[in-house]
Parts: sequence; C-alpha cells; structure tokens
Amino acid sequence: MGRAVGLRHAALFLAVVLVLVRPLGLYLARVFAGERTWLDPVLGPLERGIYRLTRIDSAEEMAWTTYAGSFVAFGLVGTLLLYALLRLQPWLPWFDPAHLTTPMTPDLAANTAISFATTSTWQAYGGESTMGYTAQLLGLVGQNFLAGAAGLAVGIAFVRGLAANGTGTVGNFWVDLVRAILWVLLPLSLIGALVLVWQGVPMNFDRYASVTTVEGASQTLAQGPVAALEWIKNLGTNGGGFFNANGAHPYENPTPLTNLLELVAIVAVPAGLTVTFGRMTRRPRDGWTLLAAMLVIFLVGLAGIAAAEHRGNPRWPTGIAGGNMEGKEVRFGIDGSALAAAVTSNAATGSTNATPDSFTPLGGLVPLLNMLLGEIVFGGLGTGLSSIVMVALLGIFIVGLMVGRTPQYLGKSLGPGEVRLIVLYSLIGPATILVLTAVAVLVPAGTAGLTTNRGPHGLTEILYAYTSAFANNGQAFAGLSANSPFYNVTTMVAMILGRFGLAVPALALAGMYSRVRARVDEGAIPTHGVLFACIIVSAAVLLVALTFLPVLALGPVLEQVGGPR
Amino acid sequence: MNAGDSSRDTTVKLIALVGRASALTVVLLVLCGVVYPAVVFVVARVVFPVQSHGSLVRDGRGRVVGSSLIGQAFRQPRYFHGRRSAVAYDAANSGGSNLGPSNPALTDSVRVASVRVRAEDGVPVTVSLPADLVTASASGLDPDISPASAALQVDRVARARGVAASAVASVVATHTTARDLGVLGEPRVNVLRLNLALDSAWGGR
Repeated sequence: MGRAVGLRHAALFLAVVLVLVRPLGLYLARVFAGERTWLDPVLGPLERGIYRLTRIDSAEEMAWTTYAGSFVAFGLVGTLLLYALLRLQPWLPWFDPAHLTTPMTPDLAANTAISFATTSTWQAYGGESTMGYTAQLLGLVGQNFLAGAAGLAVGIAFVRGLAANGTGTVGNFWVDLVRAILWVLLPLSLIGALVLVWQGVPMNFDRYASVTTVEGASQTLAQGPVAALEWIKNLGTNGGGFFNANGAHPYENPTPLTNLLELVAIVAVPAGLTVTFGRMTRRPRDGWTLLAAMLVIFLVGLAGIAAAEHRGNPRWPTGIAGGNMEGKEVRFGIDGSALAAAVTSNAATGSTNATPDSFTPLGGLVPLLNMLLGEIVFGGLGTGLSSIVMVALLGIFIVGLMVGRTPQYLGKSLGPGEVRLIVLYSLIGPATILVLTAVAVLVPAGTAGLTTNRGPHGLTEILYAYTSAFANNGQAFAGLSANSPFYNVTTMVAMILGRFGLAVPALALAGMYSRVRARVDEGAIPTHGVLFACIIVSAAVLLVALTFLPVLALGPVLEQVGGPR
Repeated sequence: MNAGDSSRDTTVKLIALVGRASALTVVLLVLCGVVYPAVVFVVARVVFPVQSHGSLVRDGRGRVVGSSLIGQAFRQPRYFHGRRSAVAYDAANSGGSNLGPSNPALTDSVRVASVRVRAEDGVPVTVSLPADLVTASASGLDPDISPASAALQVDRVARARGVAASAVASVVATHTTARDLGVLGEPRVNVLRLNLALDSAWGGR
C-alpha cells in the first residue's frame, strides 16, 4: 500500500516537472539569445541601467578565455566580499550575540565564503546559531542569486560554443549573468517566496521568540527572513539552509506541498536546459535524449532509496512498523524523504529534508553515487548540462574507439585536443575526492571529525563530505564534525576544484568548438534516440564504477553486510 | 612591443576586469540582497501576517505557548506525546541525531524508546509500534506524529483526564490532517494543536 502512494507521489512530481520543461527551456533560449520576452518592458530599462552604471559593453562578444576569466574574477570578488561580511558580522544590524554563538573564525568564514560563491553551500555551522539576518540576506541570499546565475551563464556559454559556426566566441558573461538574474531567478523567486510564506515559512526581522510551553518549559523559537532565502536556495541549486536542519526544519519546509514545490524549483530549470540545448543547437532530439538519460538514472536511484528506507533497519528490535523513520519528518514520510534525497543529490543542492547520515547503508549509498556520477542528472544550474554533455562526449569517444568510426558530436569531430580536455574533466573529480578522503582517514585531524559514528560508516561520512564539496552539492552525513581548520580547508579545496576546475575546461572545449564549422558526416554515430541514451548512462556508470568501487566496498557496502561497527 | 609592455597591458586588463566584476557584484547584491527581500517582507507582512511571524499560537488565556509548526516536549500523561528529539526541542538549535544505521547507540535508543512507549501506553509485544514514535526526527522539532502513534495514546490520555476514550478519539480525528492533495507526504496529527484542543475541551483535568 505504501508503495502505491510512493509511486503516485513520484509520478505527480515528474508530471509537474515534465509539463514545465518545454516552456521553461524555450523561454531560457529566448532570454539568452536576447530575443523579446513579455518581461522586457519592465526589465529592459533596468538591464540597460545596470550596464550604464557598471560601464559594461553589452555588445562585446567574448572568446572563451575572456568569458572564463570574467567568471573566475566574479567568483573571486564574491568570495572576498562575503568573507569580509562574515568577519564583520558582530558589527552589523540584526546580530544577536545571545543566540549566535558559533565563532566566525577565519577558516570557517573562508570555507563559508567559498562555499556560497561556488553554489556548494556546504555548511560547517548551524544557521540559527551562527548567522545574523544581515549576513543571511546580503551575504547568503545574495550569493545564492549571483553564484547560481554565474553557473547558468557558464552552461549557456558552453552550449553556445558547441553550436557556434566558426565565430570563435561564446557570448558575453556579464550579459548572461545579468539576464539570468533579471529574467529567470528574480521573478521566479518573488512568486516562490510568497507561496512559501502562505504555507508557513516565516519572513520577519523579529528577535528569537521566547515562550513558555504548554507544560511550562521555556522554548526559544529562532525567527528570521527565511522565505527570502528558501526559494532561491533551491532555484539556484545552492541548498544551504537558513537553519541547521535545512529542508527538514518546519519553518523552511512546513508542508508536503512546500516539499513538492521546493523540489520542483530545484529540478525544473536544469531539466528545462536540455530543451534549451536542443533549441540552441537546432537538434531538439539530442536535447530530449539528454533528458531521457537523466530520467533513467534518477528513477533507478529513487526506487533504490525508497525500497531501502521502507525496509527499515534490521538491527532494531522487532515489532516496529513503518520503515526507517530515524532522521525523517512525519509530514514527508519515507516517500517524501526519498524523493528529496534523490532530487537534492542529483541536482547539486544540499537542502535535504531528512538526515542522510541516518539512512540505511544502501539508502545512503544512492545519494552518494548520484553525487559521484558528477551531478549530471539535472545537476547544478547550468553546470549540470555541461557535465552531462561531457559524459556524452566521453561515451562517443569510447564507442568511436570500439567501432572504429570518427567520434563526432553536433557535426564536429573530437580531435586529440578535445579528448584531452574531456579526460581532464573526467579525472579531476576522482583525483580530488579520493586523495582528500585518503588524507583525512590517515591524519589525526581527519579522524578527529568522527565524533558520532565510527567504522565503515565513519569512512562513508568522510567520503560523502569530499564528494559533496567537489560536486558543489553541500549536503552532508552531518555526524561528521566538520567545523575544524582541517575540514574547513580541505573541503574548500574540493569546492574550488569542483567549480573552477570543471568550468574552465568546459569553457575551453566550448571555445575550441566555437571555431569549428559543423558539417554532416554520414558515418557518425547518431546522438539521439534510445541507443545514445544508453551510451550516456553506460559511460557515466562505467566511470564511477571503475574509480570508486573499492572505497564504496569499504564504506556503505561493508556496513550493509555487517562489518565492524 | 617588448615583454614589459605586454605584461603591463595584461595587468591593466586584469585590473579593469576585477573592477567591472566588483561594480556589478555590488549592484546585483543591492538588487538581490536588499531590494528583493524588502519586497518579499512587505508583501508577506500585509498578506500573511500570522505565517510571516512564525505561526505563533496562543492558549485559552491568550498566552503565546509556541508555534503551530514547531514541536515541543510533552511528558505528562494527560497530553499526547510527540516524537523523540535529538536537540530536546530546542528551536534555536535544530537537528537530528545523525546516528548511523549500524551505530549501537541508535539501536539502543530505539530499544529504550520501545520499552518506554509499551509501558506508558500498555502496548503488548504482539502489536507493532509505529516507527515515528520511537525514532528521532530530522529537525528535532517535528510538530507531528502519525495517526497510528496518536491512536495508541488515546486510552492513556483519556484515563489521565477522566474522560471517555471515544471523546478523546474524536478530538484526534478532527485534528488529523490528510495527505496534501491526497498524494503528498503522510497523514499526520499536529501534537501541540491537539493538546491545546484537549485543554480547551476539558480544561486542566
């Protein structure tokens, strides 16, 4: 019975997303082509005002180097400003030292600044015990918009480069950035935030409310401008919560309806980008094929999490019905929590509505695998699209080797230069994650973080942390005590590599392709249809399996079969 | 052009780049971090005054006793009890236990809770307990329990208040919320609202 409800729950979510995909994708294509939209009368003057004020030449067409340089410079400025803001917190308005007790040390501030400027929003702190309302809004909400929009810009430039016919340019970073904020993120967030308030998400600047409970105990209720953060943290695939419990907190996610809407906000735009891709490359079927490959991986993972969590924990005493409810909320239930785990792990968004650390070993393995796949299923806003195309290119290269045909995508062939970039792109992740995990389990500063769980589960906690940081996801097996100089610095390294170490090679590839004219090759492997979707999925799975099987065997798999505690 | 000139050129370009990035960042931060929250704040305050201030609830005497969205601890027999909380319902410090599935501390905590619930509510070992009543929530502030968890507490609450179990059960029924849109999430009972309803029906009994 529970399963039928779970299926209907997932089906409703998918239906909403699939209805939105095409209109959203086509709208995005218009926005980034500079074509007319119905918002132009309001936003057009504002856009031109911004360019005048900041002396930006909106007509400039950038080569990939300039585009990537602007992206990196923008990320750097955002990081430094946020760092300063966090360090100056105690002197800013709405900072109540009575409740905000976590010291904002230089390492925590640097980690948090990098984290929000790279859309990772990894949080080594608890929101309600660390962040004043000024830092939440000007710092975290601000970066949720800015970093989210920058990622979207990179994704668009990537496709532009692939589709360009010998122009050698990939667009204008500043224009893409401004249009992403004005035409996409701001209007959707204004509506979304108010819907959330209607459902119960607070939006105030009140002091924390001190009340005497019904039984006469005292309770302090953290307050704040939660709704302003809540929608954009999901829409921008950031995910860092206003409160420590993030999407599980009743003030962030008060009802099953807000849970559905927040998950749709995470997925709709990244999924819609496959349609944008199809429109920009004039190969709509290739776009749909990317989406189909995403959906296959998504659904298999979702089914895995739901099945494992419904089965429950065999170590518990008998006579308990209802599956593994440890670290889950009643209003979402197991199906609502499994859906959120599948969505947030695939889409580079940390806003889980349960504690993944308390999932069953297999239920926690799936989100880990989703992140290890490289955030290719929906993925980070904009970056998810470039990531799955990179996997598709890898698949074409492998298949090309096997059948002896010239590997080709969108009418452009893969030469040694392109393949070098694709291999670099594929190897940065495994190298970063495995090396950092190995270091952490070898040094005392690393194992000192295992304050809650030990054994194979402890290894999984550490692996999950670096995987999440590199994936710019931000969710955690939160039993790991990560607010130490060691973890703050090492996760920072992973986040920087996961953001810039991937975006720059992706843009470089786009730059190479922007100089090439597409030509039809009769012998090329078709890049749409069921067969190609299978090639994409196989390439993704093969890469992860070959690289991570040993460490996964020592972590979640060993825990499942009953290794040392 | 010699090497010195070209490196100076690059420096000038870099400074211009960072300058442009800084100017745009400041403008966009004002738009997204000041103007946008201000608009949401003003509209929310006017249209949804209760929700925007945290859905605070008052008891029969008009005293604020909590938030309808945030769980609080109930231990007395005349009240329905909520879920276990890893943070003792501290709503300024939310969070779950984060105990891993193989952690003996988790198994022990579930076993202890099962024994306590069976003793308090007289549930025989032949009858299964709902998992939500013996586990800790993710937020530590879960305001709800499942209808099954409410049902097994009805007799105890009725006895403690000296009223008929059927009367208590009917209050539970009116405070049971169905799945959103009939599909989403799980049916649930808001513990604070339910207990306030009991107090308003039968006072301090």
